[in-house]
Formats: sequence, C-alpha cells, structure tokens
Amino acid sequence: MPGESLTGSRIRERRIMAGLKQADLAREANISPSYLNLIEHNRRRIGGKLLLDIAQILEVEPAILTEGAEATLIAGLREAAAHARGGRAEIDRIDEFAGRFPGWADLLAESHRRVGALEHSVETLSDRLTHDPHLAAALHEMLSTVTAIRSTASILAEPGELPPAWQRRFHRNIHEDAARLAETSRTLVGYLDAAEDASAEATVPQEEVDAILEQAGHRFPLIETGALNPEEMAARLAGEASATARQMLVDILARYAADAAALPLARLRPALAAAGPDPFVLAEALGADPARVMRRLAALPEDALEAPAGLVVSDGAGALTYRKPLPDFPLPRFGAGCPLWPLYQSLSHPMVPVARAIAQPGRTRRSFTAYAIATAVAPLRPGQVPLYSAHMLIVPVPPDAEGAADPMPVGVTCRICPHDPCQARREPSILARDGLGGR
Amino acid sequence: MGREILLIEDEPNIIEAISFILSRDGWRVRTHSNGVDAAEKVRSLRPDVVILDVMLPGRSGYDILRELRSSPEFRDLPIMMLTARGQTRDREMAEQSGVSRFMTKPFSNSEMLEAVRALVPVS
Repeated sequence: MPGESLTGSRIRERRIMAGLKQADLAREANISPSYLNLIEHNRRRIGGKLLLDIAQILEVEPAILTEGAEATLIAGLREAAAHARGGRAEIDRIDEFAGRFPGWADLLAESHRRVGALEHSVETLSDRLTHDPHLAAALHEMLSTVTAIRSTASILAEPGELPPAWQRRFHRNIHEDAARLAETSRTLVGYLDAAEDASAEATVPQEEVDAILEQAGHRFPLIETGALNPEEMAARLAGEASATARQMLVDILARYAADAAALPLARLRPALAAAGPDPFVLAEALGADPARVMRRLAALPEDALEAPAGLVVSDGAGALTYRKPLPDFPLPRFGAGCPLWPLYQSLSHPMVPVARAIAQPGRTRRSFTAYAIATAVAPLRPGQVPLYSAHMLIVPVPPDAEGAADPMPVGVTCRICPHDPCQARREPSILARDGLGGR
Repeated sequence: MGREILLIEDEPNIIEAISFILSRDGWRVRTHSNGVDAAEKVRSLRPDVVILDVMLPGRSGYDILRELRSSPEFRDLPIMMLTARGQTRDREMAEQSGVSRFMTKPFSNSEMLEAVRALVPVS
C-alpha cells in the first residue's frame, strides 16, 4: 500500500522544507536520530502519539503525512502516465512527486485532462468529415463540377480545329459550371462557418456539464427554494457552455427540481436522523423511489451527512451520465468505470437493491458502502423492452466502523488499477507492469 | 465491332465533354442519366464498355454493378466506375462488386481515353 508506506518520505520532505536537521527533529520528538532515520526511509512504521508529535513539530496535519497528496491528483497523474507512449514516469514515486511539487503535479494532471478533451474533439471532427452527409454531398458536387470544367477546358485548349458550334457549346458549359462552382463553394463556406459556432460542442459536452456541477457542489439551493426554475438556473450556470451542454444541464436540473419537490430537506432531514444514510431504508420510510433518494443524498448540504456521498448514474448501455466523485473515490472522466462496481451488477438485476462494502485498492484504502439499484426510466408497457438506468450511491464508511465488513476491491478504470489478477480486466494496467504495490 | 460505350452519368456537362472526346476517338457513345433503370438500359443496348458513375439519382452505382455482375452474360463486360471520392473504402467496395476499373474525379481527358482503350483490347 504505497499511500501508507511513504509516510516516512513525507516526514523527511517536510523536515527538510522546515529547515530542520534530523538530529533536531529526533531530539524534539524524543527518539534517537538513527530511529528517525529508519522511519524517514520507510523502514519502520510510524503511528500513534509519535506521528502526532512529529506532525506538531513540523506544523502539519497528521493526515498530510499519512495520506499524502489528494487522491484525485494522484489518479490524474496515474492517468497521465498511463497514456504516455513509451513514457518512463516513475510511477512508484508518484506520491513523492505530488507531495514535493503539488503545483507542477496539478499542472501536469490538468494538461493531461486538456489533452484528453482535445483528442476527443479531434475524433469528433474527423468523424464529422467522414460521416457528415452534408459535407460529403457538397464536396461531391464540387468535384463533379471541377471534373466537368477540367474535361471541357482541356478539349478547348487542345490544338486543332473545333467546329464553331461545339466551341460555343463548350464555352457556355464552362460558364455555367463556373457559376455553379462559385455557388457550391459559397454554400460550403457558410456551412463550415456554422460548424465553427458549434465547435464548442465538439469539446465533450458531458465534461462541460461535469465541471459546472462540480463547481456548484452538486447542490442548487435556489432550485430547492423555488427561487429559480431549471431553465433560469441553467442559463445562469452555463456561461460559455455549448448548446448541447446547456440542454443536458436543463435536463439534470429539471430532475433535480422534481427530486427536491418530492423530498424537500424538511422531510429528508428527520428521516435521515432517524434511519441514517441507507437509501433503501430511507426510501421505505419516505415512500420514495430509491434512485430519487440517492440523488437527494448526493445533493445534501455539507452538515447533513457525516461525510459527503458520491453518486454515479449510468444508462442501460453502461455509459456514465452523472458523476459526483469523492476525494478518495475518483471516477473516470470518459468512458465506463470498473465492471466490478455494484452499479453494473444492478444493471443485470433490475429492481434488486444492492449494498456492498467496496474499496479502491492501492490508495488510502478507505472503505465505502456502495448502494446500487437499476430502475425503469420509461413507462413499462407489455411488448416493449424495458429501459433501465442504474444509480450507485457511494457513502464513506466512518473510520471507527472500518474493518467491520471486508470490502470488495474495485477500481476506477483498468489502465490505472493495480488489482491483479482480475477477471473483469479489459486492458492491462500500467501499474501492475511497473510493479507498483510490489514495493 | 467492340466500339460502343454506354455512359451512365447524371452530370450533363460531364456527359457532353466525355461524349465528345470518346466520339472523336472513334467510339459510338450512348448516354443514360438515372440509376433506376440503368441495368435495364445495359441489357437492351448491350454495349461493349460501360462507364458508370457511383452517385446516380435513384440508385447507387454499386447496386447497378452488383446486379449486372450477378447475371452470367455481363460477368465479363468491362465496367469502369467514376467516383468523386477516391477513398480506399469506396475502391474496395467497387472491387468486391467486380468492377473492371476505377476512376476518381476529377480525371483528365487523356486518363479517361487511355483507361477506356485499355478495357477493350483492339483486335
């Protein structure tokens, strides 16, 4: 477990940053310099009072020494390393890197995110070139006209006599074709100009929506109080967002408004105080749809739960349509998640509630309770294939209850998951190859 | 014998130019400009060479080609296809359907003449 094993390195880093000698720190902490040396080289585990003392001397939170940099940053760096072709990033020293150079690490993770978004727009644009029927038709028309002009012009340009009647005819044809070519190219330019306006849409609307939701903390008090309707709220939040992202946002906010009207905070809080955050228990107590309860729990103000809950919603195809990650439970930005998530399990057993302790291997090893259920999203009618979507609420297990249930190891996405061997793996992990965890 | 061409193309000025250069080269050129009954036209005219545009109103050149190749009498008929898109995918599709020759617009008159001459060996 690299997160814990590097506590010593972080102490050493912080000590050097504080300008303290090993002997000074050892004296203040009442241990021998050689013992501190062993700790700093991760050869002795450290915990309890000694850790607290050292944290106090170094004037840092003990968690900074034990947990290192934020898990999302680490996940971002791992992804960046995973995508680098022939990269030789020192994966095993990722915590050290993020701890020593948080600014640079942030920048690297952010650049990688940006590259991902740009790659996506390039794909979208080349799709447009290959599959856009309008563009293909316009190009075909232009090429046909050019062919006619070329053929006719070369007949006229050839040496030798051409009967005057033919000559006139070919001149007229070229004249016609030239006018047509001008018209087609004008149309094409107009079309490409319009396409440019829509170019923001090529930069992943889902990601724009995710960013807006994250900034709002997945919570919209003005909708809860009825001060704004979903359209007004979307208009206020969308800013420069593309039309597609705007529409997705309106849909999400409309669902939010309906959820808030059915389960207002005044109803939810007492039930939560009595029953705790299990969405199935709450659903029964409140007579509500469990998926709706999960969405409400993920939108609660910070004081309402012991720790904020994460949420993932997937459609029947497994595509993630809503992501609220937690600092210790990152979610993939593009594509599907880990097939072991109870989310996917519930898709294959619609209407069967699932509750399971899970943990992402290799990081802080915090445990979470995942509650999942797949519910119908369209009216159920005989003879029609039912349409399901799955919700998974991710609730951190309180530290004192940790270890009560044996958590099932699940990943974020295969490339950056060290869990091995894994029946659910769809592509090799760069972590396993680089021997992380074998430390 | 062996000098009759059927040009199936919907662009009037291309028809005019190609007809002119082929006629001047000694070919008898017949033309047809829609896809729906193009195969029917080939059956009734029995030309020695067919020049077939891919994008025709009513029916695609690939469909016409496949229909012709499915009957034994036209299995060996030289058929040259014209397309505005020279992508490998189109070329492969035409080759699978049994095209004799594939030409990408815009072509030059001499390319067109050479290709047609190559399709019918002068006896």
